[in-house]
Amino acid sequence: MFEVLIFATLNGLVTGLLLFMLASGLTLIFSMMGVLNFAHASFYMLGAYFAYSISLYTGFWPALILAPVLVGVLGALIERYGLRRVHKSGHVAELVFTFGLAFLIEETVQFFWGRATKDYRSPDILDFPLFTLFGQNFPAYKAFMIFISIAIFIALYFVLTRTRIGIIIQAAITHPHTVGNLGHNVPMIFMAVFGVGTGLAGLAGVIAGPVLTTFPGMAVVLGSIVFVIVVIGGLGSLAGALVASLLIGLLQSYAIASDVGMPDLLNWLGVSFERDHPLNDIWRLTLPQIAPILPYLLLVLVLIFRPSGLFGKRES
Amino acid sequence: MFKYAVWIIFALALLLLPQVFSSLLGISILSQMTIAIVFALSYNMLLGQGGMLSFGHAVYFGLGGFMAVHALLGIEEGDYFFSVTLIPLVGGLFGLLAAIFIGSFSTHKAGTVFAMISLGVGELIAASSLILVSFFGGEAGVSGDRTYGPTFFGYDFAQHLEVYYLAAAWMFVATLAMYLFTQTPAGRMANAVRDNPERAEFIGYSARRVRLISFVMAGFFAGIAGGLFAVNYEILTEQNLNAATSGNVLLMAYIGGLGFFIGPIVGAVVLTLVNSVLSHYTDLWMLYLGIMFVLTVMFLPSGLTGFLMMHRTPWHLGKMHLLVKPYILTAIPGAVFALSLLAMVEMAHSFETELVFLGATLNSDGIMSWTLLMAIALVAYVALRRSLPRLREAWAQANAIDRGDQS
Repeated sequence: MFEVLIFATLNGLVTGLLLFMLASGLTLIFSMMGVLNFAHASFYMLGAYFAYSISLYTGFWPALILAPVLVGVLGALIERYGLRRVHKSGHVAELVFTFGLAFLIEETVQFFWGRATKDYRSPDILDFPLFTLFGQNFPAYKAFMIFISIAIFIALYFVLTRTRIGIIIQAAITHPHTVGNLGHNVPMIFMAVFGVGTGLAGLAGVIAGPVLTTFPGMAVVLGSIVFVIVVIGGLGSLAGALVASLLIGLLQSYAIASDVGMPDLLNWLGVSFERDHPLNDIWRLTLPQIAPILPYLLLVLVLIFRPSGLFGKRES
Repeated sequence: MFKYAVWIIFALALLLLPQVFSSLLGISILSQMTIAIVFALSYNMLLGQGGMLSFGHAVYFGLGGFMAVHALLGIEEGDYFFSVTLIPLVGGLFGLLAAIFIGSFSTHKAGTVFAMISLGVGELIAASSLILVSFFGGEAGVSGDRTYGPTFFGYDFAQHLEVYYLAAAWMFVATLAMYLFTQTPAGRMANAVRDNPERAEFIGYSARRVRLISFVMAGFFAGIAGGLFAVNYEILTEQNLNAATSGNVLLMAYIGGLGFFIGPIVGAVVLTLVNSVLSHYTDLWMLYLGIMFVLTVMFLPSGLTGFLMMHRTPWHLGKMHLLVKPYILTAIPGAVFALSLLAMVEMAHSFETELVFLGATLNSDGIMSWTLLMAIALVAYVALRRSLPRLREAWAQANAIDRGDQS
């Protein structure tokens, strides 16, 4: 029991922090431009694929730096020449644009890399068990993932609150016109934030690719979960994104590791149903079975009862 | 008079089309179109008319469809005794019920909150459909047979043509009903709430209730589309209510044009054609579809219909002739440019060395083919860059009201 709990916690932490890397960029972009970027997870996928291709020539470590930069530059270009053009047609057009972009990126990835899963592996240096607990290994690569994610969080927090650039960005979120009047190039700031945000997503892809497998559907798998996190945490709140990421990561991890379900609940209540009861499927549900839908359930509940999210200040 | 003429022509077209495209493929594409039209129109009740961006509209389509298949199974086993012609109504009513339930908590707000709830509910139901096997049939889905039950004036709907006419009849009625809905006070208020919910509240309407009415109606018609799908394909799977189907209907409505009633019809027809024809010729059709979608959002934000409607002013001013020449001068290099890019994409994708593109044999390993195509693309691009300013000038001229016209 205890060992299951510990490993579920560690795995939840890895997933949660990974999700945070995506969510932090998404929430930053949202708070600046008011655009929920549907294609955010697609940049994460691009990160993994770029890193795979680069690592074929140079190995993992240069790819760790190069791939996110490339993704970030691509993101900035898309903001400059795509999103900014659509901006005049309103918010719905922007959402629809990023939605189409997600579709397009998935198809483009299939065009260049094919449909099959790519053999993108973690570097040999990190290919050893960090420690063994109750006979189970904890791979060093997962510790590396945790380390990178925490480093990013600290760096982001430091830049946003302790540097001049961060202060300008924060001011541009709430008062873009004033910041513009003070002589700062606000569209340029937007482009940079979009670039950094997508770059972070790319970095998440680089380090997640070897663990979560690199295939054309990887964006879809994470895409809507990241959305859920940003909304639950409160749109535009970095702290909220962190809390919600960890919450979702741990929740899913615990649910998968647990072995309880409706039968236990019914036993405890002393109720039983025949096997041919019309709702038989529901009476036999187990927690691991419904783990994938828990985030969405949470999302709908949060939106109904607290539309601004856990830490959010505004609703849309 | 014009109003009635449009509907009569529409009905006649529906009657005559299967005579023109009488092959099995033609009829199957036509049936697909009718279903897509109902679905896309129902989606536009939300987004175009009500201002509610939904990422989970396939839920009502799928739920209606699944219920319809279960009704087909019920008829087959003799539990119910009614004609297959009424099956779409079963789907519609179930879509309506689902929409009442989900709309009761999702229509409080429009905008991002609504979009996110629709996304969450969509994912929730799509994921549950794999768990609740007795209703959704798991991965395999649920299949039925439409030929049981009492015949409808001697027709048992074993033939595809009969199914087309059934679908077309339902589509005509549904389209008419949705059009008439836009003319009712509820439909007009949906527009008002979309444009300014605050003002609508000031004149005494509950924005939420107006949204709920639109939402429920959209769910009903999506359910009808699902029921038609059930009758046509006799099978429903998880794919019919997942995010991809929701995305597809958004694509149709948007490419067609949200601002016009006829927009989603155009979108549904064009996209169904593109899907079935393009997928016949190339396996990259999804890529082209994505490019088409992104370009539409960027350059034609009001969709294909919106683009056509932009010509109303020049038409009324009698200045269309000014546009003909610039259009041709832009369209030719534009088409050549696009086609040469397409040829290069196909060459890069092809595993075989030789491929035939529009009758020309290309060698994907040879430098000749590549240089030639690049040269063509370059020339076309330069010509396009030169003709565009002229088109812009002509456009401004065609839309300008001369002093003489004003009197």
